[in-house]
Amino acid sequence: MNYNWDWGVFFKSTGVGTETYLDWYVSGLGWTIGISIVAWIIALILGSVLGVMRTVPNRIVSTIATVYVEIFRNVPLLVQLFIWYFLVPDLLPENLQEWYKQDLNPTTSAFLSVVVCLGLFTAARVCEQVRTGIQALPRGQESAARAMGFKLPQIYWNVLLPQAYRIIIPPLTSEFLNVFKNSSVASLIGLMELLAQTKQTAEFSANLFEAFTLATLIYFTLNMSLMLLMRLIEKKVAVPGLISVGGK
Amino acid sequence: MDFSGIVPAIPGLWNGMLMTLKLMAMGVVGGIVLGTILALMRLSPSKWMSRIAGAYVNYFRSIPLLLVITWFYLAVPFVLRWITGEDTPVGAFTSCVVAFMMFEAAYFCEIVRAGVQSISRGQMGAAQALGMTYGQMMRLIILPQAFRKMTPLLLQQSIILFQDTSLVYTVGLVDFLNSARASGDIIGRSNEFLVIAGLVYFTISFAASRLVKLMQKRLAV
Amino acid sequence: MRIVPHILGVAIAAAALISTPVSAAELTGTLKKINDSGTITLGHRDSSIPFSYIADASGKPVGYSHDIQLAIVEAIKKDLNKPDLKVNYNLVTSQTRIPLVQNGTVDVECGSTTNNAERAQQVDFSVGIFEIGTRLLTKTGSSYNDFDDLKGKNVVTTAGTTSERIIKAMNADKQMGMNVISAKDHGESFQMLESGRAVAFMMDDALLAGEMAKAKKPTDWHVTGTPQSYEIYGCMVRKDDPAFKKAVDDAIVGLYKSGEINKIYAKWFTQPIPPKGLNLEFPMSPELKKLIENPNDKPAPEKKA
Repeated sequence: MNYNWDWGVFFKSTGVGTETYLDWYVSGLGWTIGISIVAWIIALILGSVLGVMRTVPNRIVSTIATVYVEIFRNVPLLVQLFIWYFLVPDLLPENLQEWYKQDLNPTTSAFLSVVVCLGLFTAARVCEQVRTGIQALPRGQESAARAMGFKLPQIYWNVLLPQAYRIIIPPLTSEFLNVFKNSSVASLIGLMELLAQTKQTAEFSANLFEAFTLATLIYFTLNMSLMLLMRLIEKKVAVPGLISVGGK
Repeated sequence: MDFSGIVPAIPGLWNGMLMTLKLMAMGVVGGIVLGTILALMRLSPSKWMSRIAGAYVNYFRSIPLLLVITWFYLAVPFVLRWITGEDTPVGAFTSCVVAFMMFEAAYFCEIVRAGVQSISRGQMGAAQALGMTYGQMMRLIILPQAFRKMTPLLLQQSIILFQDTSLVYTVGLVDFLNSARASGDIIGRSNEFLVIAGLVYFTISFAASRLVKLMQKRLAV
Repeated sequence: MRIVPHILGVAIAAAALISTPVSAAELTGTLKKINDSGTITLGHRDSSIPFSYIADASGKPVGYSHDIQLAIVEAIKKDLNKPDLKVNYNLVTSQTRIPLVQNGTVDVECGSTTNNAERAQQVDFSVGIFEIGTRLLTKTGSSYNDFDDLKGKNVVTTAGTTSERIIKAMNADKQMGMNVISAKDHGESFQMLESGRAVAFMMDDALLAGEMAKAKKPTDWHVTGTPQSYEIYGCMVRKDDPAFKKAVDDAIVGLYKSGEINKIYAKWFTQPIPPKGLNLEFPMSPELKKLIENPNDKPAPEKKA
């Protein structure tokens, strides 16, 4: 058997500068969290707008949102990522292209591709949740608001959305956790997030099992803690009398 | 953009697509079998069974599929060698199939569990009153109805897996995406092949999800 | 110091001459596995032009190292007296090749793998099959001609290669402020260079010449810069399996002694190669000639330019 177990490997020097392998994990985790948060903000805003668009009584508007959802849900995430990373920069106007490709730090441009990709991908899914949430509300709510003279934006902003968000917290939580897990695709375009650092550690140190075990533990712990946290929040803000619409 | 290189590459792309479909089919079949077993464990009266299955599901649902694929690819042969004591060649294909089966089982388990729970409790009571065992009751009464109800959800999850198989890119298994990347790269036309790959994935997934929706309407009681 | 590899080379050559087919009873390790299963699994690359790459839709690898690999298979067929030995191909990347040899997925990998002391702790290397220098590929006529010109610039290299380590260490030591991009394979690295995302691509010179061969306009690019290291490629086999390593070594030395290697070299480096029919015009270096005269499995001696 030619495998040397060494759980102390994380405190060893990597041979690049003065970094230890643990430093790599810390910086990788930082990128993973950074990607997840920025992508989630994009997804939540865009997804809410699209979700509202799908429910408004206007055919053109709702069709646009439907087309968006179908496109972004039916192309694999990895293909979308390659399109954002390799293809889209080539389509920019000449001078913008030069700035993006040469002056921008490559880590920044990889980061941009990933957050835009993940944000837009997840927006399609958030859209469906928001739509479900809105449609789950009793129709009387909308009619009552209309009767009181509310305009359409007011109905959404003051009446429908606040309640819809509260009942779709569980599916939104699982969408956020999906963003967190999906951020690992960034490793395939050379962004040194958690999975990429793990692979690099496995390769540099030859301690494959230790490297992957640590990564698994980090993902698992973060995921579980987030889930428990969201469950608490969910209980706090539950709308009395309305059961949550879980599921896909 | 110059799409003239596509036609000579079609045989390679077709082989890649066959690989993608094979991965998906095996992942779905294995995932459903394992997932059903896990769901029965979760619902079983035994606390321990239910805990083990619960832990399994939580574990696989909280780590990225990409991590599972990479991990299995590199580690499974080592583990097998520790068990069997000799070199057991496990190619990218086998390790990816195993990764998909085990990963998807966690998701299929939840679908099956929800399906079983949607069957009215009265039926379980009636089965027990007839003196059926847990196994008999599940096999003869509950599961056939549950599967009918959850077929659309299972198919939707399969479409998701169809897209997720593209992640085998990371271990160099030549599926549809990887064959498109390789055929594009070798003639310096990566972007064109990327666009084609996106279109093909879209067409298949879109058509499949439409079919599932139609079926859902027909199956609705 | 040069005498040591020389003696070793003679010893290996002598061993090759007196080697006879081994009988099944004494087989161990990989040879036993190959004999029992009737299959051998070869590791190959998809974009290490012209060493091991996929040139067309068939998906079959071709290249210099691949031809050597096939010669090894032929020799093993004879050794084991198994003319119908089945050959499996397993695609590897720079990052997966070592674990895959270690974990038993791949029996032998001839691609573009540098033999160095660190890797030799994880796998065993055959006698050397090529010698390269790590250099740069940049745009012809650009102002980037050597490593010093790259301060503060975007430089791409392939993840899991010796070049990646060298340039990351250089960047840290000399505080050059380069942005090092690690792409998944040589094809993606070159795509980053060609699309202008990086001003230079650091890699083994022969591979850089190979990448040029598939460029939209090969004359736009040139290999330049002071070599940062000289490295010897070897085929990888599992560690501590002397019988299999010997079979591999014998096969390669056989190619060297018969002069067959010159034909293989010419086929990939001085004649048009697929898929575009470009000639790399990369004549055999004196170092490689020496290596072929005195085959040995040592890493290249440390000599920094």
